[in-house]
Amino acid sequence: MKSLNFRLTKKLAHALNCAALTPENLTGKSIADIGNLLINYGRTQLRLDDIFEISGAPLTDTTKAINFQDTTEKLDYLGAHMASGSITIEGNVGAHLGHHLNGGIIHCQGNTKAFAACNMVKGLLIIDGNTGEFLGGAASGLRKGMGGGTVIVKGSAGDRAGDQMRRGMILIEGNAGDYCGSRMIAGTIGVLGFVGSYAGFNMKHGTLLLAHKPNLQPTMQDCGLHNLPFLNLIYKNIAKFDTKFSSLHSQRVNRWVGDAACNGNGEILLISA
Amino acid sequence: MIINSIKIDDTFAEAFNMRATRVIITAQNLKWAYHAANAMTGFATSVIGCGVEAGIESALDITQTPDGRPGVSVLLFAMSSKVLMQQLETRMGQCVLTCPTAAAFAGLEYGDRINLGKNLRFFGDGFQTSKLIDGKRYWRVPVMDGEFLCEETTGMVRAIGGGNFLILASSQALALASAEIAIEAMRDIPNVIMPFPGGVVRSGSKVGSKYKTMFASTNDAFCPTLKGVSKSEISPEIESVMEIVIDGLSFDDIVIAMRVGIAAICQLGTRSGVKRISAGNYGGKLGPHHFQLHEIMQATNV
Repeated sequence: MKSLNFRLTKKLAHALNCAALTPENLTGKSIADIGNLLINYGRTQLRLDDIFEISGAPLTDTTKAINFQDTTEKLDYLGAHMASGSITIEGNVGAHLGHHLNGGIIHCQGNTKAFAACNMVKGLLIIDGNTGEFLGGAASGLRKGMGGGTVIVKGSAGDRAGDQMRRGMILIEGNAGDYCGSRMIAGTIGVLGFVGSYAGFNMKHGTLLLAHKPNLQPTMQDCGLHNLPFLNLIYKNIAKFDTKFSSLHSQRVNRWVGDAACNGNGEILLISA
Repeated sequence: MIINSIKIDDTFAEAFNMRATRVIITAQNLKWAYHAANAMTGFATSVIGCGVEAGIESALDITQTPDGRPGVSVLLFAMSSKVLMQQLETRMGQCVLTCPTAAAFAGLEYGDRINLGKNLRFFGDGFQTSKLIDGKRYWRVPVMDGEFLCEETTGMVRAIGGGNFLILASSQALALASAEIAIEAMRDIPNVIMPFPGGVVRSGSKVGSKYKTMFASTNDAFCPTLKGVSKSEISPEIESVMEIVIDGLSFDDIVIAMRVGIAAICQLGTRSGVKRISAGNYGGKLGPHHFQLHEIMQATNV
């Protein structure tokens, strides 16, 4: 598929807010028009073609694919508020990738910094590498995190993955840091690797689906082994994605309920072979 | 019209607008799915006294159900959306929630959304939890055998109830045997149910009665024991009449079911003992949907 390509050419000294570079904002604009757009860079404004080499096919209502190349961790807020189309990132990016993502697909082939999928609403975010803290969490000052959509992390996630998560699904194929699912309001987080301490800390509702047993707080109450048919619905939904989670089929799980410290009714499900 | 020596009356079945919904019930195995579905569709032969007309539409294998377990599809029909919603909730609560290993899912993705498990969740007394998966909300209610899993809503659509045909035969045994053969063939048709016991009704009714308290009474014109004393519709050689009533999601669904059922009887020819096929109507004044037997059977090759 033809795409609009942005190759980073400027050596950035500090973070660049890329929230404006979404299919919605760029559809119907020619390459020259896009190059003329101004973007905030610290206290100054730069023309886009001073930062990126822009090429490829302009976006139309039917073709909305953007490709970023030679990216760095200085690019923040990529795909923010995007509602349709796709963004592919060939490299690492900064914080707030897919911030408030409202539709479409973002595929990052490298690593990301913190707050990826923060306040995400809909759509699909795939991170091939690792991601930082507060994956699917709430942006500073907000009390609710991710509200929908699917996040797939092929690598590992930092601390506080799914903090205050409200809805949606986060699938981490690698490890997750401490406080995974902390203050979770609802939704599902799956982790195939190892999980750090304080998993489900102060969780109210929601599901942590784990492949390895973490060190659990005493306020997570062991409810024993069960066959839960609802897992088939989750597995069926996962099956449409390219992820290692697609190989899960077991309905047999050990269930912990908590966090009793906040009278929570969330659950940690440990997949039993 | 005569098909294979069986006379098809030049008449029509008169049917009414109804509201319908479909529920998929799954369980550990088909046996327990049927237990739940049989309970849910019990005492649901006619809206005259049961509130809804309900029946099992078909059995579903593990590839056809949302949770990958064996299940059955159930259709429920009522005269109004309010009654349908009330009956669905009551029947779900008493027949499916209570049935070991049973789970329930929406069987219609379109139409108005009505509650399936939305209120049943309160049985969980605060321990219930929901999952929003692929845009659909499911409730997980802790129960003594594990968890009761139920989709929050299902679809409700406009439908038609009261499609029918009458089987007039030379004996009671032959009339019933032919009806059974018709029902067997009609079970394969999607989107329809035959709500009466075994799919067959022997007490067809007419509107009104000589008694003030009765708004329906025996269809004396088709009662063989009255063929000499009333305005009988049946000829001397007829000794028994069976009726098959069909509720369907659309006019065409009922047409197909009627055609398949009547054709199955006609295929038997004279050995069926069936002399005539007729249909029940109220003169065309009550129901807006008329199923003309000749039109339905015109394209049939038996």
